[in-house]
Amino acid sequence: MGTNVTIARDGLQALIEALRADGREVIGPTVREGAIIYDAIRDIADLPAGWTDRQEAGRYGLEQRADGALFGYTVGPHAWKQFLFPARETLWTMRRTGDGAEVTDGATPASRHAFIGVRSCELHAIAIQDKVFVSGPYPDTNYRARRADAFIVAVNCGQAGNTCFCVSMRTGPKVEGGFDLSLTELLDDTRHDFLIAIGSEAGAAIMQHVPHRPATAADLSAADSAVARAAAGIGRHLQTEGLKQALQAAPEHRRWDEVAARCLTCGNCTMVCPTCFCTTVRDHTDLAGNTARRVREWDSCFTLDFSYIHGGSVRHAPRARYRQWLTHKLANWIDQFGTSGCVGCGRCITWCPVGIDITEEAAAIANAPAAAREAHHEGA
Amino acid sequence: MAATDPAVAADPFLPALYRVARTRRELADTVTLELLPLEGVRPDFAPGQFNMLYAFGVGEAAISISGDAAEGAAFVHTVRNVGAVSGALARMRPGATLGLRGPFGTGWPVAAAEGADVVIVAGGLGLAPLRPAIRHILNHRRRYGRVVLLFGSRNPGEMLFRRELERWRQRLDVEIGVTVDHADPSWRGNVGVVPSLIRHASFDPHEAVAFVCGPEVMMRFTATALLAAGMGGERIWLSMERNMKCAIGLCGHCQFGPTFICKDGPVMRHDVIGGLLSVREI
Amino acid sequence: MKGLDAILEEHPFFAGFAPPHMQLIAGCARNRRFDEGEYLFHEGDPADEFFLIRHGRVALDITPPGRDPIVFETLGPGEIVGASWLVPPYRWMFDARALEVVRAIGIDAACLRGKCDADHDLGYQMMMRFLPILVKRLHATRLQILDVYGRH
Repeated sequence: MGTNVTIARDGLQALIEALRADGREVIGPTVREGAIIYDAIRDIADLPAGWTDRQEAGRYGLEQRADGALFGYTVGPHAWKQFLFPARETLWTMRRTGDGAEVTDGATPASRHAFIGVRSCELHAIAIQDKVFVSGPYPDTNYRARRADAFIVAVNCGQAGNTCFCVSMRTGPKVEGGFDLSLTELLDDTRHDFLIAIGSEAGAAIMQHVPHRPATAADLSAADSAVARAAAGIGRHLQTEGLKQALQAAPEHRRWDEVAARCLTCGNCTMVCPTCFCTTVRDHTDLAGNTARRVREWDSCFTLDFSYIHGGSVRHAPRARYRQWLTHKLANWIDQFGTSGCVGCGRCITWCPVGIDITEEAAAIANAPAAAREAHHEGA
Repeated sequence: MAATDPAVAADPFLPALYRVARTRRELADTVTLELLPLEGVRPDFAPGQFNMLYAFGVGEAAISISGDAAEGAAFVHTVRNVGAVSGALARMRPGATLGLRGPFGTGWPVAAAEGADVVIVAGGLGLAPLRPAIRHILNHRRRYGRVVLLFGSRNPGEMLFRRELERWRQRLDVEIGVTVDHADPSWRGNVGVVPSLIRHASFDPHEAVAFVCGPEVMMRFTATALLAAGMGGERIWLSMERNMKCAIGLCGHCQFGPTFICKDGPVMRHDVIGGLLSVREI
Repeated sequence: MKGLDAILEEHPFFAGFAPPHMQLIAGCARNRRFDEGEYLFHEGDPADEFFLIRHGRVALDITPPGRDPIVFETLGPGEIVGASWLVPPYRWMFDARALEVVRAIGIDAACLRGKCDADHDLGYQMMMRFLPILVKRLHATRLQILDVYGRH
């Protein structure tokens, strides 16, 4: 472990095949409907060769690259959480019997996944969801099973997106740990190789089926400069110092009213966020009413139903719902799980239909605590 | 899965099956259910904890336990019909089967309060989650100093556990204050809000512990009155309510500032959450 | 039997009152007793006397036309019945009825108003004691209006 080797572009095909031969469903980036998403891949040809993404607040688009890079983009609308923590999952089924009922565990056998192309920010997001789902007194057994079975092939970013801010969150762009294998794409006019770092015994075992050679000093240096290029190109910055205290002290800050005037409370930010974990449950019965199924689904704190208690919703105003999301993500999360809930991937900025920028909103409150209670006083 | 690996805890989402053993109508819209497990024995619980009760095909709701923790084989729950799930639960007849997960959450600090005066302030259905604590304290009466129970209701006809209140009132070792918000002249008791009873109650504010449960606004006013009486926020405990789907800290719904009501509560200290109580729509 | 002065001094409302002020109050005070069901006063009557309850409880009610009276507050030992004597037109706005035998100190309102006008220190002391009671009752009334135990 800690060993670096180099593979050629074809070696990646061998890696995919080795993972499939190991009985895994291989998930990787692929182009679909104008975006790079994560889905099952069978072949290196499924990867987004020669594509890159252009992202701004509220905008996302794909463009052709001048080269044939396989990982020459940042992050798209998908996160790996949809595989470890599916958007919809049957918790259990209950059947009426003659004198009572019987309950059947609804968990489908966990598919053994291999993820290819996991970014550093995404590794941090997975680590954060591990804390949420596994570290408490009641671990989510389905999540834990899927997580334990997942094989992770990380990738170092060779470029940064305009909405990325991993550097200020200390979550990237360099992959530091939490992977079985990590890739750095080494691409220029003369070569298209990948530097591979082996991060686990499982990773080392798989590499026995993948043709490779020892990494040279030149390979390592090329990899370092690729990551440095990404770090230098980071588009945004989130000021974290003092932010938790500032947010928790500012529930009546006038900025909440300003952002609420723009926010559509659509919940896109929560759907694309790689750490958002809130769920609701739905109960379904068959037509005869003898079988009931309880299904857990992703939920969003932006819905009115989310905070409903008999009588009405606690967080009725959009300002209260945006405040809940942002304060939870950047402040309360630290109290709850010992880490920020944000990894700086920038998805919520890109996929917000009106382009609300979490870094701007946080800065507005952190930098102007004096405005904290003005709106409140006006109303008093 | 769980069955093959004893080190792995059982799936906390799976309900155990219970049967309604008895029902008792408390009020027009409120019923007490006694629930017995179809298999095994009910788990132990602490006064103040709650269970998630599942009505077949309708859904699950967090309902606090209203029975005596040291008595009987059943879980006792007092349910008010305020929605689809609670309505289905409140309509259940003896013999009906339902799902149950729990017990969950924090309890009233009945052990920590030993040696101190205890002031219990309940409003409306808030008496139900306090009942296990009251029973515990009265069963171990000598361990406590003065015991005061103050209870407010909407009107005399909507007063929960009226017969049991009468029995408690006959004891000489507990001071009971009952009040209603509205009454006709046939009511000979107090009229007024429950916090206004606090200053007439006999307790040492510096040594007493308060357990408060009721609608949140009532708890806010009550906490203000207890603080005004000289009690420290660290001695005032409130039982909170928020939307709850999982009860195990995973669904995110019950967040109250940095806390999860399901696992950091429902019973929480006023000096910890008091600052949030006055924040609108938190 | 205790003198009126001693009884006044024991009442929590007058805790810490200066002796000269106590004497002025005592000059306006008398002992009162109401049997169960007896009215201390009725809505519309001149508010010429207010009461410091010593024993027993008093119900305050209002009767809407065609309906039963609604009791909106009960008061007990140590509490004060009536504030309308403080502000013109000095008329009671509700009925006050003894729920049981009530022993109280009745204070002649015109007498006390006159002494407060003549001695503003006394007037200030009276206001400092009355206002917190009135504010507390206002807060309680707000909570009552919210009807927090209703189903919504």
